[in-house]
Amino acid sequence: MSNLPISNIASLSKSQLQQAIIKGLDFKVGCFNVRLVSPIVELVTHLHHLYGANELLAKEDFIDFHVQLSSPSTLRRYFRPQVNFFLDGYAPFKPLPYVQASALFEWGLNWCIASHANQYLIIHAAVVERNGQAFILPGTPGSGKSTLCAALVNQGWRLLSDEMTLLSTHDGQIYPVPRPISLKNQSIDVIKKRSPQSVFGQIVNDTVKGTVGHFCPPELSVQLGENPVFAAKLIFPKYKQGAETELSTLSKSKALLRAAGDCFNYNLLGVQGFDSLSGLVEQCACYEFHYSNLDEALILFTELSHQ
Amino acid sequence: MKRPLLSCVMLNPKQVLEFNLPQWDLLIRQARTANVLASLAELLDANALEIPERARLHLKSAQIHADRFNIALAFEITCIEKALKDIPMALVLLKGSAYFMAGNNAAKGRVFSDVDILVPEQQLMAVEMALTNAGWMTNTLDPYDQKYYRLWMHEIPPLRHLKRQTSIDVHHNILPKTTCICPDANKLLLGAIKVPESNCWVLAPEDRVLHSATHLFHEGEFSQGFRDLRDLDHLLREFATSDDFWPKLLLRAIELQQQIPLFYALRYSHQILQTPIPESVLEASKQRINTTLMDALFLRALLPDHDSCNDKWTRLARSLLFIRSHYLKMPIYLMVPHLLRKTYRRVIGKELH
Repeated sequence: MSNLPISNIASLSKSQLQQAIIKGLDFKVGCFNVRLVSPIVELVTHLHHLYGANELLAKEDFIDFHVQLSSPSTLRRYFRPQVNFFLDGYAPFKPLPYVQASALFEWGLNWCIASHANQYLIIHAAVVERNGQAFILPGTPGSGKSTLCAALVNQGWRLLSDEMTLLSTHDGQIYPVPRPISLKNQSIDVIKKRSPQSVFGQIVNDTVKGTVGHFCPPELSVQLGENPVFAAKLIFPKYKQGAETELSTLSKSKALLRAAGDCFNYNLLGVQGFDSLSGLVEQCACYEFHYSNLDEALILFTELSHQ
Repeated sequence: MKRPLLSCVMLNPKQVLEFNLPQWDLLIRQARTANVLASLAELLDANALEIPERARLHLKSAQIHADRFNIALAFEITCIEKALKDIPMALVLLKGSAYFMAGNNAAKGRVFSDVDILVPEQQLMAVEMALTNAGWMTNTLDPYDQKYYRLWMHEIPPLRHLKRQTSIDVHHNILPKTTCICPDANKLLLGAIKVPESNCWVLAPEDRVLHSATHLFHEGEFSQGFRDLRDLDHLLREFATSDDFWPKLLLRAIELQQQIPLFYALRYSHQILQTPIPESVLEASKQRINTTLMDALFLRALLPDHDSCNDKWTRLARSLLFIRSHYLKMPIYLMVPHLLRKTYRRVIGKELH
C-alpha cells in the first residue's frame, strides 16, 4: 500500500483554505466533484470546521458542480449585505442575508444534486447504515428525521445523508452524500446536550427555516462517501411530543405511495422511477415510527439493525 | 473570435474522442448554459461516441428531463386542442411546439417553457375566453403590463394554467404591431399546413424559418440566442433537401417584408454553425447593412451565454442589442417611457428582470 496520505480539506491550514477558495477549491462530496469559488470568510470557516474529511481533487478532473457564492456588487454591500448562490453563473435563488452564506451553500448544493442527478431516484429522506443495512427515513420538515439521524450517527451509525437518499436506477443501491447534518431550532440543543463533543458550524438565526446549525459528519462516513449500500429498512418517522415509542408495520403498497410523495424526481423518471421505487419497497421492511424519546428510539433501531 | 468548444463539437462531434476531462467539463457547462445539453446528448448518441462516465451522467440526466418534457408537451397540446375545439379556426403552433409536432430535427432534446400558438386576430377574444374557461389565467394583473401587451404587442399577456402551471402565449402575429415592418399574419395562416394524423397546424417550412429568424433578430435577450440559432441551422439543413426551398424562402421573405431578419439568419448560422447555404442564396439575401458593426454585435451575442465564450465586448454587445430590439419594436416616443418605467420598477425591486 502506498503511504501517501490522501489529501483532504483538513490538510490545509485555514489561511491556505481561504487562498484556495478564492481561486477555486475542488473537492469530493460523496460521488460528486464540486468546485467552490468564493471570497466569503464565513464559508472558509464552515468548510474548515465541517468539511475536513472531504478529499481534495487531483488537478484536471471533471467537475460536476461549479459553485460560486458572492455578494451582489452594489451599494448593498454596505447596507444589509447579501449573498448570492450561483451554479456556473446561474442564480437559482434570490439572494439571502450575508450571515446565512454557509446555510445557502448547503441548500444550494442540495438543489444542485436534486435538479441534476437524475441517474438517481432522489427521496427526501435521511439515510444511515449499520451492519451493511441502509435505513431510509423519509419525512417532511418537522418529522424529526434529521434529529433522529444525528442521534444515530453519534452512536456510531454511518451517515449516508441527512437530507436526500440517492437510489441508483441502475443498480438499486443507495449512494451516499455525507454532508453536515442540518439541524433546526430545538434539535440543535437536544443534540448538543446528548453529545457535547459534536462539532457544530455557525448557528444562524432567523432563516426561512428558523434557527439552523450544521453538525459535522463523522470522518469515516465521509471517507466511505463513494461506497453504496443496499437498503434494508424504510421507516417513516414522526416525532410528537409525549408520544410513546411505537413501531408499526406499513403495508408495501402504502409505503410505496408515501415514498413516491417524498421523492424529488419521481414524476420526472416516469416508469424508471416507479420500477426503482417498487424494487426498493420490495427489498425493505417498511414501518411507521412514532417517538418522542430519543434513547428508546436508538435502542429500537439498534435491535432492528440486527434483524 | 475563437469558436466555442460547444460549436466545434456541434460541427464535428467526433473530436470529443480526443477530449480530456477539463474539456468535457467545459463542453457540458457551455451546453447547459445554452440550454442545449439534451440536444448535445442526442447528437453524441447519434454518433455513438464514447463518453467519460461523469460527463455521460450529466448528458443522460438532461435527456431524461427532455424525454419527460416531450410527454408533458404532447399532453399539453391535446389540452389546448380540446379547449379550442369549438372555435372555427385552425390551431397553428409556433416555434418549439411546432418543431415537435412536425417532427423537425430542431425538436430533438429541445426543452422550453411556453407553448406558442397563432390565431386570427378576430378570434383572439374567443380564444382567450375559451382558454380561461378551461383553466388558464392571465399571468399578470398589472394594468400597465396588460395595456402594453394588448395595445402594442403581437400577443396577449401569457396565460398560465392554474393546475398544471403550464404557460401558453397566444399570438395574432409574429411581430409587435408597433414594428415598422409587421408582416400580414393572414398570409402566414393561409400558408399553414396540417400535421398528419393530428388536429394541429404548423407554418409552412419557409415561414417556420422566417418566424424563427424574425424572432431571433428582433430579440433583446440572448440567453437562448445560441439555441435559437441552432434551431435555424437545423431547419435550414432539413428543408434544403427539397429542391425549390431556397428560391421559395427568398421570395417569401420579400412577400412578408422579412428580408433583413432572413439576411442575418443566413449570415450568422452560416458563420457560426457552418450551415450549408448556396453561395447564390447568401448573395441574393444581402441587404444594405453595416455588417462590420452588426457582425461585432451578433457574433458575440449569439454564442452561448457562458463566461468561457465571452470576451470583454460581449456585455456591451448584448446591451446594445437589447436597446436595438426595443428600438425596432417600438417608436422612440413609446420606448423611452417604457424603459424608464421598467428600470424604475427594477430598482425598487418590483420586477426581477
